[in-house]
Amino acid sequence: MSDIISQYGTIFLIMACLFGFFMAWGVGANDVANAMGTSVGAGAITIRQAIFIAMIFEFAGAYLAGGEVTSTIRSGIIDIEKAGFTDSPELLVYGMLSSLLAAGTWLLIASHYGWPVSTTHSIIGAIVGFAVVGISVDAVVWSKVWAIVASWVVSPMCSGIIAFFIFRSVQKLVLDTDDPFANAKKYVPFYIFLVGFMISMVTLVKGLRYVGLDFSFGQSLLMAIGAGILAMILGIFLLRGIKEVSAENDNFNFGSVEKVFGVLMIFTACSMAFAHGSNDVANAIGPLAAVNGVVQSGGVFAEESGLPFWILILGGGGIVAGLAMWGYKVIATIGRNITELTPSRGFAAELAAATTVVVASGTGIPVSTTHTLVGAVLGVGLARGIGALNLNVVGRIFLSWVVTLPVGAAISIVFFFIFKSIFS
Amino acid sequence: MAPTLSALFGRSPIRPIQEHMAIATHCVELLGEFLEASFIKDWAAALAVQQEIRSQENIADDLKSDVRTNLPKSLFLPVSRTDLLELLHTQDKLANRAKDIAGLMLGRRMEIPESLVQEVRDYYNESLLASKQALKVINELDELLEAGFRGREVDLVEGLISELDELEHQTDVSQVKLRAKLYELEDSLPPVHVMFLYKIIDQIGDLADISESVGARLLLLIAR
Repeated sequence: MSDIISQYGTIFLIMACLFGFFMAWGVGANDVANAMGTSVGAGAITIRQAIFIAMIFEFAGAYLAGGEVTSTIRSGIIDIEKAGFTDSPELLVYGMLSSLLAAGTWLLIASHYGWPVSTTHSIIGAIVGFAVVGISVDAVVWSKVWAIVASWVVSPMCSGIIAFFIFRSVQKLVLDTDDPFANAKKYVPFYIFLVGFMISMVTLVKGLRYVGLDFSFGQSLLMAIGAGILAMILGIFLLRGIKEVSAENDNFNFGSVEKVFGVLMIFTACSMAFAHGSNDVANAIGPLAAVNGVVQSGGVFAEESGLPFWILILGGGGIVAGLAMWGYKVIATIGRNITELTPSRGFAAELAAATTVVVASGTGIPVSTTHTLVGAVLGVGLARGIGALNLNVVGRIFLSWVVTLPVGAAISIVFFFIFKSIFS
Repeated sequence: MAPTLSALFGRSPIRPIQEHMAIATHCVELLGEFLEASFIKDWAAALAVQQEIRSQENIADDLKSDVRTNLPKSLFLPVSRTDLLELLHTQDKLANRAKDIAGLMLGRRMEIPESLVQEVRDYYNESLLASKQALKVINELDELLEAGFRGREVDLVEGLISELDELEHQTDVSQVKLRAKLYELEDSLPPVHVMFLYKIIDQIGDLADISESVGARLLLLIAR
């Protein structure tokens, strides 16, 4: 049967590239905005800067820390042996192509209506869908799927709890003191260190294996501390320019303090883009990598083949294209609407969400960055930090989970049988 | 398209509540102009000021219903929703009372006896001070939010509120004195007029009372 692969291999690969790029474009157009909008809304960075940061750090995240999640999506959810892909590898190709197309289509529909669906949930639903109906129930590694689904509940909760404590520490150390401005200048560099350290630590320990670098835990720790200190020095340099303006706003005494936190938010914006890149790029390139693996090997599915560099470039490029063509509009919309998230609150939310997502990336679990960020914002709110939060959104998110999985699966199944009838 | 994250943020009621209190206090301020006009029996000017108070009170009413309609139960607030609405309700009473006083005095063309004018003026000014103090307290709401309704900022607000209580107490003392003085004059004035004079004195005192309860409501809001 693998003559189908040798006959249509190039066509499959081109289709996978197109669909993967389309998916990555969608991620860049919609998803990145949620990650960057917080910093823009807080006034810490301009939209132009946000796009610039997103381009660099999304790509870095995808390249340096995205390997684990990509590998989960391409070969962790479906049991290759039980699915019988060793005998008929073209089924995997059809499945992955339909998953990409299904998730992309569903995202297009959902964002048209403004439903809070997640790229991650769509692609997982699609992959599970084609595997169950197109192949067999046993083809799915259910333990892995349940772990992923559980993480969708756990990750927002986790980031919520982290955000709660980060914001409480800000209140204790800075806001609720005699001289908030002096204390902000004193403690913000430490938070910057934390951002740099956390991101590089997780990346060094978990991600770099896929780029061909492998460090021991001790080496990683030292390098992460070094990265943190580097970020801190840069931060201290940026902070020097900020002076306290007492008469700036009589009605609101925390104006100057928030400016100090604004510097911190530049760093958390970078970490957020990095985290997003490390987790969500995989949604687009995981299936592409699977198709590529099958086609390149002429039908033999290799469990652990390295991730070709050009696939990462394609995914990263798609995100950047989506961001540049459409995403900046969404960032602008979000930035205008999130004025409630002052830098002191926004950084707590971003740092918590980025930490959670990067850890999930390191463990190879695809989570939704947006939902994790929503959890973090709720955490800050729980620390009595935000004026008003619309809890309906939380309900809508739950509803979108319930809907996205079956719908993503259904669309994927339809495409699967269409592909099957065309090529086989 | 409504991105999830921006849909998450409801409209914070804190700024509108502060605006509402500023308007309510402005109504009390305008009442001073009204009283001055009534002291010199310039009823045309008094009417103009009374109209101004009425229109300000209307604006306050609109703001109030606006806050109420934008405060659904599904909104997650850092403070209790009921306490917040009660606070707003109390603030609104301040504007209403100022409007009532002006309306009653204008309607009856009420003249304050010559010998009481200075006392009434001082008494009103004390009430006005209490209102302004209450506004100051309300203006700390956004700082309270920033500090998470805890710690130092709470101490500061509690200090402001105890000053407010002190101011209100001052008006009570003045009210007793003013009443005693009116009692002396009672026989020389038409009985119905006297009745309403007592009522006006009462209601000017109410302005301070209401201001004090604005403070008390806010204290309830931040008490844990």
